Amino acid sequence: MADEPKEPKPPQVPTGDQPASSVPPVSAPPAKPAGASAPAAPPRAAAPVPPKPPVVLQTPLDNEFVTRFRTKFTAALLEAMEDRKQAILTVERSRLLEIALHLRGEEKFDMLADLTAVDWPRREKRFDVVLNLYSFEKNERLRLKVHAADAEEVPSVVSVWPTANWQEREVYDMFGIVFAGHPDLKRILLPDEWQGYPLRKDYDILQQDTAWVRENLGIESGQ
Amino acid sequence: MQATMEFLKLYWAPLLCGVAVVAILPLVAGYIVLVERKLMADMQARLGPMRVGPHGLLQPIADAVKLLIKEDIIPDNADKMVFWLAPVLSVGAALLSLAGLAIGPAFQIAQDINIGILFVVGISAMGIFGIVLGGWASNSHYSLMGALRSSAQLVSYETAAGMALVSALLFTGTLNIKSIVEVQSQEGIWFVMLAPVAFFTYLVASIAETNRAPFDLPEAESELVAGYMTEFSGFRWSLYFLAEYTNMIVVASVATTLFLGGWLRPFAGVPWLNFLDFVPTLLVVAVAAYCLVRAPKQPTRVQQFFMLAVAGLCFVVGLVLVAPVVLPIAKPFYAGIHGGFWFIFKVSLYIYFFMWLRFTIPRYRFDQLMRLGWHFLIPLSIINVLLIGVALIAGSYFNLHGWGLLLVTTPAAVITLVAALLILVAEKERDAGQDPNAASDFYAG
Amino acid sequence: MELRAVSKAISSFKGKTALSIDTKNDHKTLLGADELVINMGPQHPSTHGVLRVKLKLDGERVIGSECIIGYLHRGVEKIAENRTYQQFAPYVDRMDYVAAVSSGLGYCEAVEKLLVTEAPPRARVIRTILTELQRIASHLLWLGTHALDIGALTPLFYCFREREEILKIFEKYCGARLTTHAFRIGGLQYEAYDTFEKDVERFCKDFESRIVEYETLLTENRIWIGRTKGVGILTAADAVAFGVTGPVLRASGVKWDIRKAAPYAAYDQYKFEIPVGTTGDTYDRYLVRMEEMRQSRLICLQAIENIPAGPIMAKVGKVLKPPPGEVYHAIEAPKGEIGYYIVSDGTVMPYRVHIRPPSFINLQAFDRMVRGHLVADVVAIIGTIDIVLGEVDR
Repeated sequence: MADEPKEPKPPQVPTGDQPASSVPPVSAPPAKPAGASAPAAPPRAAAPVPPKPPVVLQTPLDNEFVTRFRTKFTAALLEAMEDRKQAILTVERSRLLEIALHLRGEEKFDMLADLTAVDWPRREKRFDVVLNLYSFEKNERLRLKVHAADAEEVPSVVSVWPTANWQEREVYDMFGIVFAGHPDLKRILLPDEWQGYPLRKDYDILQQDTAWVRENLGIESGQ
Repeated sequence: MQATMEFLKLYWAPLLCGVAVVAILPLVAGYIVLVERKLMADMQARLGPMRVGPHGLLQPIADAVKLLIKEDIIPDNADKMVFWLAPVLSVGAALLSLAGLAIGPAFQIAQDINIGILFVVGISAMGIFGIVLGGWASNSHYSLMGALRSSAQLVSYETAAGMALVSALLFTGTLNIKSIVEVQSQEGIWFVMLAPVAFFTYLVASIAETNRAPFDLPEAESELVAGYMTEFSGFRWSLYFLAEYTNMIVVASVATTLFLGGWLRPFAGVPWLNFLDFVPTLLVVAVAAYCLVRAPKQPTRVQQFFMLAVAGLCFVVGLVLVAPVVLPIAKPFYAGIHGGFWFIFKVSLYIYFFMWLRFTIPRYRFDQLMRLGWHFLIPLSIINVLLIGVALIAGSYFNLHGWGLLLVTTPAAVITLVAALLILVAEKERDAGQDPNAASDFYAG
Repeated sequence: MELRAVSKAISSFKGKTALSIDTKNDHKTLLGADELVINMGPQHPSTHGVLRVKLKLDGERVIGSECIIGYLHRGVEKIAENRTYQQFAPYVDRMDYVAAVSSGLGYCEAVEKLLVTEAPPRARVIRTILTELQRIASHLLWLGTHALDIGALTPLFYCFREREEILKIFEKYCGARLTTHAFRIGGLQYEAYDTFEKDVERFCKDFESRIVEYETLLTENRIWIGRTKGVGILTAADAVAFGVTGPVLRASGVKWDIRKAAPYAAYDQYKFEIPVGTTGDTYDRYLVRMEEMRQSRLICLQAIENIPAGPIMAKVGKVLKPPPGEVYHAIEAPKGEIGYYIVSDGTVMPYRVHIRPPSFINLQAFDRMVRGHLVADVVAIIGTIDIVLGEVDR
C-alpha cells in the first residue's frame, strides 16, 4: 500500500521533435522560497520541510512491440511511453488510419475500447485524441494518442473499428473535432442545433447555448 | 296495449331474466376484474387492491365511478356516428349472446331456441364489427392496423372453435342448449371425456377469441401499433372492457354447456353418489368457516366486521343450497338452485384457468399466433371432427351408449393426438430449414 | 482489401430477406417511397428510459433503425473537471443508477491506480461481495423488465422481491439503496456491519431456489423460446467490431470477462465460471445472465467465508493530488466493460474524466441486431441489450 514513490525521477527528456506529452507540471513548483532555506538545514526544530519534488510516473517504453512498431512507422511514431504501467503511443495524425489498420490486422488489437479527447488549450495542437485499444489474443491494452489543432481534421477509424461511430460523434459533439471519413458526423448527446463545444476548456461550466434554450425550452436561461 | 299485456304475460320470466342480466352483468364483470387483480397479486407475491373498501372490495365501484365521470374525448377527424356506435356494437353483441345461454335449467332468457349454440356463437362473432369500426372511427393509422389485426386473430380462431364445437355437437344431434345438457345427463358422461381434444382446441381458441394472454398482442402495450381501444376513454372504453369480460363469460358458458355438463352435478345420474349433492354446501360453508377463523386476525374493525358479514352471507347461501336436498318442500327447486350453482362453479373454474394462464406465460408474437391458429389448430380440429364422426358410426354399429362410447372415442382421440404430433414435427422441420423469424408476411398491411 | 472485408462483415447478418439493404448508406436513414419511418419514444414504456428509436419499416419488417439519445445528458464529464476526486464519486453512481456499486468500484479503483496505491485486502474483499450482490441486483431488474416486455407479467415481481433483499443489505451497509456511494478512494468508509456476513449468507442460500423459480417460468417455456430464440442475433465478429462487452459479448461466443482477464478487487482469489453462449440471440443472452447470477452467488459465498481482518482504508490522505499523468481502468460492470480514463494534472481536481459506458457502446449494436426482424421484436431486442439511459447519456 505504498503512497507516492519517494525517490524523485528526473523529468523525462522528450524523444523526437514533439513537445513532451506529459502534463506541464502545474503543481509543486520546486522554486519555492522556503526551499532556498532547506539546504541551509537550520538546527531549529521548526525547519520548513523541503517540498517534495514532482513525482513523474511516465517512463519511455521500449519493448518488443514498440521496436516492431518503430521499424514499421518510424516517422509516424512520435513518442512511446508507459504511464503507471499502461503503454501509450503518440502517433502522427495523418497516418492514423494506416496505423489503426496495422494495429488491428497485424498486432491483433481487435477491440477499440474507448475513443475520446482531451483539451490542452495552452498547447499549439490543443487536442489529444485518445484511443484505448484491447487485444483479445494477447490480453493487452494499448493507448494511442494523436495531437490535433483546432481546425484540423482527424482521420476517422470507423472503417477499422465500427464501434468508433458513436464515439467519434461524441468527441465531435463535445470538442468540435471533425473526423474525416465519418459516415454521419453529427451531434449525438446535445441537440443538433446546439452551438458550442462544452468539453473544451474555454467553455465555462455554467455556460449554455442560451439561444437554443430560449427558443426550444421557452425559458430565459437554464440557470 | 292488449297485445303488449299478452306479450308480457307470456314472456315475463325471460324479460325479467334479461333485465336482471343487463343490470347485474356490469357489476359482475367489475368484480371479475377485481378477482383477476387479486389473483394476479397472489401469484405475484403481493396483495393487490387493498385500499378501497375492506380488502379492496369496493375497487370496482370506484373504477366505475371514475370511468363514468371522465371527460369524453373524441378525436377531431373521427367519424362521430361510428365512434359512438362501435363500443355499443361490441357490448350489444356480447350481451345478446348471453341471452341464448342457460345458467341452470331455470334461467334462460331466450327460451328454447332450436339453434341455441349457433345463435350464441354467431352473435358473439358479431362483436368483431365493434372492433373494426372502433379502429376505423379512431382516425388513426395505428388503431386501424391494430383493429384489423385483432379481427384477423378472432376470425382465424373462430374457425377452430367452431370445428371443436361441431365435434361435441356430433354427440347431441341438436343445437338446442337445454337438449345438449339433457343428452349429457342421459348418457351419464360429459362430452369432455368423449372429445377431449375438442375441448382442448376450444379452450385455446376461446383464449384467442377473447384477446386474452398469451394472445393479447393486439391489446397489450403493442409498442408502436396501438390497439383499437386507444382513442376511447372513459365510459366508451369501459364498454369495450365490459364486452371483453362478457365475452369471457359467454365463451366459458358455451364450453361448460357443451363439454363440462352444463348444470349437471358430477355423476348426476348415479344414485349412490348422491352425497355429492352436499358438495356445494360444504364448499360454501368451508369458505364461511375460513372467514370466521380469519376475522379476529384482521387489523382493523371494518375488515373484521366485513369478514363476519361474508361468513354470514356464505352461511346463508349454504343453507339455501342444502335446503332442496334435505327439505321435501324445497325439492322442486333443486334443479334450479343446484343447477345454477354447478354451472357458475364450472364457469368460474374455466375463467380461473384463463386468468392463471395470463399471469404465467408470455405473449405470442402476432405471426406466431396466426401460425398456431392456421397451421395447428384448424387442421387438428378438422381431423378431430372426422375421427369422431367415424367413432360415432362405429359406436352406433356396436350399440354403445354412455360410458361405452369411450371405447370408440378414446382411439379417435389418440389418433388425433398422433396427428397433432406429426403436424408439430413437420412444422419444426420446416422451421429448421428456414429461420422462423424471417418468415414471410402473414398478414396484410 | 481490408475495407471491403470489414464492410462485408458489417453487412452480413442472420435472418436475411430478399430485400436489398443499402449498405453504403447504412448509417443514414432515408425516406424511401414505400418505406415507413416510425418513431418510438422518447416516452415509451418499453424503452427503459428516455430513448428515441426511429425505425424504417417495410411492411412489418425493420430494415433500418436509428437511436437518438442525449435526453438524459447531464454533462457529468464536465462536472468532473470542477469537483475534487472525492466530490465526484457520488456522480458516478448516478450514471448507471441500477448498478451504482460497480460504477463506484470502477471509479475508486481508477483513482487508486492514479495514486499508485491499493485498497487493503479487507476492503477489497468487501468490495467484491458488494459488487457481486449489485451484479445480481442489476440482472434481476433486467430479467424482470425484459420478461415484462415480452408479456410474462409474473417474473418482475419475483425478481423485485429478491432485489429488495439485496437493497436492504446495501441500506444497512451504507444507508442508501440505489445510489450507494459505497466505496471511497483508498478503500471503504464503513466497516461491514455486524450481521453482514450472516445477511449475505442467508440471501445466497435462498437465492438458488429463486433462480430455479425464474427458470421454471421461462427457460423451457415454448412461448418464451419462440419469442427469444433467433431474435436479435449478433455474431461474435460483429460484437467485437462494435466493441460490445459484457453478457452480450459472451452470449455471442467470446469468452471474455475482465474479472478473469485482468482481475481487480479480490476476484483472483475466487473460483467461478464464465458462461458463454453460442448463437448470440436473445435466448442466449438470457441464459448467460441467469448463469452469471448463479456464479455471482458462488463468489459471494466464497468471499464471506474468509473476509480478512485489517484496515479498510489505505493511507491516502485527506487531500488527493495524484501525480500528473493518466490512467485507463476498466472493470466488468453488470452491463459490460465500464472504463474510466482519468487525466490528472497534479491538482485536487481531475483534468479530464472520461467514462466509457457499456450501455452506450452496446446500444450501437442495436441497429445490427434489429435488422430483418418484426416490429414486435424491437422491444425484446432493446430489453436484451440491457441499457440504462443514465449511462448512455451521462
